[in-house]
Amino acid sequence: MTNVLLIIFIISLLYVSIANRIITYVRVLALQGFILFGVTFLQLKDIQTWNLVLIMLETIVFKAVAVPLFLSYLIKRNKITRETEPYLPHFISLIIITMIVVITVLLANSIQDTHLDKIFFIVSLSTLFTGLYFIASRKKIITHVMGYLMIENGVFVLSLAVGNEMPNLVNLGIMLDVFASVLILGIFLNKIGDVFKAVDVDQLSNLKDY
Amino acid sequence: MMTGFYLISAFAVAGLILINRKTLFNNILIILFGLLQVGFTIYACSNYKNTVLQYFTFDSLGLLLLMTLSIISIPALFHSYLYISRHDETPQSRSIYFSAIIVLITSISAAYIANHIAVIWIFTEMTTLSASMLIYHHRNKLALEGTWKYVFICAISITFVFIGILFLSLSLQHAGSNDISFANLMAYKDKLNPFWLRLSFLFIFTGFTAKLGLVPMYTAGIDAKDKAPAPAGALLASVLMNLGFIGIFRIYSIVAQTSLFHWANLIIFIAAFLSIFVATVYMTKVVNIKRMFAYSGIEHMGIVMLGIAAGGVGYYAAILHIILHAFVKSSLFFQFNQLYRTFQSKSIQYVGNYFKYNPSGAIVLLLGFISATAMPPSGLFVSEFLIFRSLFEGKYFILLIVILLLLTIVIWAFGKNIMKILFLPVQGLDETKVPRINPWESLTQYVLLFTAIWLGLNPPSIFVEMIQDAVKILPH
Repeated sequence: MTNVLLIIFIISLLYVSIANRIITYVRVLALQGFILFGVTFLQLKDIQTWNLVLIMLETIVFKAVAVPLFLSYLIKRNKITRETEPYLPHFISLIIITMIVVITVLLANSIQDTHLDKIFFIVSLSTLFTGLYFIASRKKIITHVMGYLMIENGVFVLSLAVGNEMPNLVNLGIMLDVFASVLILGIFLNKIGDVFKAVDVDQLSNLKDY
Repeated sequence: MMTGFYLISAFAVAGLILINRKTLFNNILIILFGLLQVGFTIYACSNYKNTVLQYFTFDSLGLLLLMTLSIISIPALFHSYLYISRHDETPQSRSIYFSAIIVLITSISAAYIANHIAVIWIFTEMTTLSASMLIYHHRNKLALEGTWKYVFICAISITFVFIGILFLSLSLQHAGSNDISFANLMAYKDKLNPFWLRLSFLFIFTGFTAKLGLVPMYTAGIDAKDKAPAPAGALLASVLMNLGFIGIFRIYSIVAQTSLFHWANLIIFIAAFLSIFVATVYMTKVVNIKRMFAYSGIEHMGIVMLGIAAGGVGYYAAILHIILHAFVKSSLFFQFNQLYRTFQSKSIQYVGNYFKYNPSGAIVLLLGFISATAMPPSGLFVSEFLIFRSLFEGKYFILLIVILLLLTIVIWAFGKNIMKILFLPVQGLDETKVPRINPWESLTQYVLLFTAIWLGLNPPSIFVEMIQDAVKILPH
């Protein structure tokens, strides 16, 4: 069951790569939150109950509901256009993300390790690189933020892989999620949308030597 | 016990400043925090090598950097006070500024003495938060851009460090242990899995370069030091960079005990060389004075990491260099505000003949320039010379020659700009509008610069012993 959920997670990455509208990204992020909730529920069995409740609350309340709602609110409030505006065509994005997944699978297969479930390693690493690819290949600042949120999801999957032995690391990961998301989204909500009218990264190139 | 008291009361002071709007109460709280910081440093010295609250150890390196931080934080608070009182701030922006600077100093202090990688990580996150408040102080478009870039790059870096910690825990599970404190990692150094340790070092190193100011993540720091008010920029350019150093140094001292030692040195060599190269290229073109200081910091961090990678006497020199650099660079940033008040410009083009308008400040700039370019009699000359000796003894001749060439270009570019600021007359400056600057405001800069010279040329024996103790764990 865990494997099925994680494979759906990977498929969601491929789906994002050809998505045309920003709202699709938001929906996929919500879906990923629900998947992480399921994986947490199935994976973490040896840790204390209150800790498990905390982690599940974080995934379902924060990742699956609060952040996507907040993002769609941002999109409406700042009147961000619905197109994702990639620098590259969708077809090439699809190929690149497929390549990322294939390479991580090959890499994971070359590792002989009994302490790590391979599929967690594959999913987290390919999500990490996909997030970085989104940051590099999309024009809007809000898609950069979404790329970062995707990286965080990938890191969360990796922390689940070691979560039974070291639950404190999962808690740290939650702290990272909440802290960084609030900081980044807070700046985005309050400031960037107001000050910069069209929210493209091109607008953020005034700060230089003068 | 005292450590917990320090952390709680420092954050309480920050919170009180945040909600308080009265000037007098604000000033009392700032002085209170200054006393608290000094008191905690004295307490730390008296508890040398003890572990408190399980996660904090007053080891040599942490204590040295903590003392450096406390010495710099007093003038930083003083100059912040001058800066805020001159800029006609609203009570709200004043309280945000001071509360952020107190959280910054406290979290850097705690990160220095932490003996657990996760604790360092938590406090590094807090420095990102407080530093971003300082960078956004002016609340204009450029400050927002700088803040956004800083927050985004630091968020990615902190994620990288977290991935590194996860890999480190995987590596440690092979040794059959769960506790990732540095002491425990050191105890299990022979059983760590090299594959995961390698990945872990890569990620943690890359993550901390955002704070340290090395290639690849140095970019955000430059904008941050430019946009933050100069007293806050002084902290970002000195003690916050030391925080990045301590993060890398602690994980490096574990990796150095394993078979990955030479590989890790290679990684550090590449990053350090590229940093010096990038800094040189920008130094020749730069026209913004604060950015010039910031790029000089990148160059110095490159030199420090060269010393670490070369080994031998380089370890000692690297730690000496990073302490002296903190004194010199912070005094240059403190001096910048007087310069700005004289000329109302950050650009070298519109600044000149500073000796005529403010001789005491001009001497600080000149001394700071001599120190930052490591010319004798500055203390940095000693440390930089020792780093070159370690490169020579390690037989890295080609690297040494290229680095020396690059540093010559840096000295030329830095010198050209500083001489322009000090001596060449500037066109179109209305001399009646130049304010008279009180020479006493430069006193702290003189103290910092002379401390750097004194520690470099004639270090007290306890200082030398502490540095030697800090690098004792590294292979010689």
